[in-house]
Amino acid sequence: MTFEQHGENRFIVPIGPQHPALKEPGHFEFVVDGEIVTGASVRLGYVHRGIEKGAEDRTWTQNLYLMERICGICSHIHATAFVQGVEKLAGVEAPPRARAIREIFAELERIHSHMLWLGVAAHEGGFDALFMYSWRDREVVMDMLEMLSGNRVHYSANLIGGVKYDVTPDMMDKIRDGLNYLEERLVHYLDVVNNDETFIGRTRGIGTMTREQAQLLGAVGPTARASNFAYDVRVDAPYAAYTEFPVEMVVAEEGDLHARFVVRILETMESIRVLRRIFDNMPESELVTRVPRRIPAGETISRVEAPRGELFYFISSGGGEKPERVKVRTPSLCNWGTVITLAVGHKLADMPMILAGIDPCFSCNDRLVMVKRNHHDPQLWTWADLRNYGIEYYR
Amino acid sequence: MGLEVSKPWQQVLDKIRTWARVNSPWAIHFNSGSCNGCDIEILATLTPRYDVERFGIKLQGSPRHADVLICTGPVSLQAKDRLLRIYWQMPEPKFVIAVGSCGLSGGVFHGCYNIVHGIDEVLPVDVFVPGCPPRPEGIIYGVAVLLEALKSGKRPERTMTVEVPAELGVPKVEVSQ
Ligand code: SF4
Repeated sequence: MTFEQHGENRFIVPIGPQHPALKEPGHFEFVVDGEIVTGASVRLGYVHRGIEKGAEDRTWTQNLYLMERICGICSHIHATAFVQGVEKLAGVEAPPRARAIREIFAELERIHSHMLWLGVAAHEGGFDALFMYSWRDREVVMDMLEMLSGNRVHYSANLIGGVKYDVTPDMMDKIRDGLNYLEERLVHYLDVVNNDETFIGRTRGIGTMTREQAQLLGAVGPTARASNFAYDVRVDAPYAAYTEFPVEMVVAEEGDLHARFVVRILETMESIRVLRRIFDNMPESELVTRVPRRIPAGETISRVEAPRGELFYFISSGGGEKPERVKVRTPSLCNWGTVITLAVGHKLADMPMILAGIDPCFSCNDRLVMVKRNHHDPQLWTWADLRNYGIEYYR
Repeated sequence: MGLEVSKPWQQVLDKIRTWARVNSPWAIHFNSGSCNGCDIEILATLTPRYDVERFGIKLQGSPRHADVLICTGPVSLQAKDRLLRIYWQMPEPKFVIAVGSCGLSGGVFHGCYNIVHGIDEVLPVDVFVPGCPPRPEGIIYGVAVLLEALKSGKRPERTMTVEVPAELGVPKVEVSQ
């Protein structure tokens, strides 16, 4: 998606791949007419590592750890999606307590992810005080996750057929205390987002997306729900323990940046509520179930709701030690289309906020291949080129 | 650069420079294909709980102002040129800190087809911080180790051939540090 010059005079502002406002590499080009953006394009692929192919060389268990490392922010949910698919193939179901623990990790992860986003988005808007405050409070969640699993980022809680760590009553008490504090802070943040004059000036009416647009562009997760598109895998196709401990879907009508802030903060509060409900009625059972040594041949899909939206896995097994094919569809990639469309007509200065509004995460959506032959001719391959290359390579 | 300084003066100037560098190193952060885990931990070092700015360490955006390149990720083939370019734009003397297991050896991505397997394959690295991801304390310690080495002048000597991105129009260059 790069622009061709048609002999007209256009001013293009390139941003990235290394840029102070971006924490990850991505390349953007905005065509501007004065201050107003008239076109936008994005070029991804700087973080493409070849994980899907790599998965084919690893055993089922090794893949658990690889899948977690697709993204450092939503690591647990990637492993959950993978593990659920594999369990489906093996025809087993994780015990109730294990499923509840998966939900605990997933919701804690959502809290951490949304607070991280709140900070980063506020930072893009020039509101660094909020960035520092929300990251300070986020450390509370990080402490909980560290207490549960021993690691701050990649918790590795999942096993095929269950979970690794138990949640003991005194851990629950500690987490409850932390959640009380967080809830108080979130009420405050909601107040800031709703009533702060400068903040509203930067968010209300910016990047408005209607419900139809959201549907058309394939938006998912909080980005879509802020446009009144009510779709949440946790509610529509419950997995893990979401049938026993359901969550309420949060939707907003306005569809602008402000709505996205509100939806994410309210969702975080909802996560806190559901965590409390789980702790009050924690089911008793063992943590892992017996899994057959061989994963039978077959194909399956698995869907979960990551903090950024629907995450989809397709897993195909040939009955061997390793998966035959793993295909991942990540939410960030689905949301890129909305940025490109919404950018048009806004001021260049609003771009960082609109970009941050979808909570972009580059590490999970780099699926392009750019092949550099000798250093001078960077070439973007089309699908047909790639296919031909594959056929030639294996001939 | 046409600026002739006599030997004793040179020594004094060097001392002042090292003093300034050790007390306030400016760092630039580049993600060369990491999973984000290390990057959020690097960002966390800036926030109130860890707050590296109290040591004078400042993270900022432009390579041309930076002393230290903090780099994460296994270096994907597409990010490699960018990484070299950023390294090239930094003024001498420059230091590189590789953060995270996958920046050390490819880590969990070892064997994937689109990566170089480690930052030290393309750049001379001064400090390696292992862990997947390392804790913020670990990252701060990595920087502290580098500063300590600078202060005592014990930085190891190394030579390495660094490829220069074609668009800069320079042939391959030996870097000796
Ligand atoms: S070392 Fe681990 S946490 Fe850090 S970027 Fe690599 S995979 Fe992610």
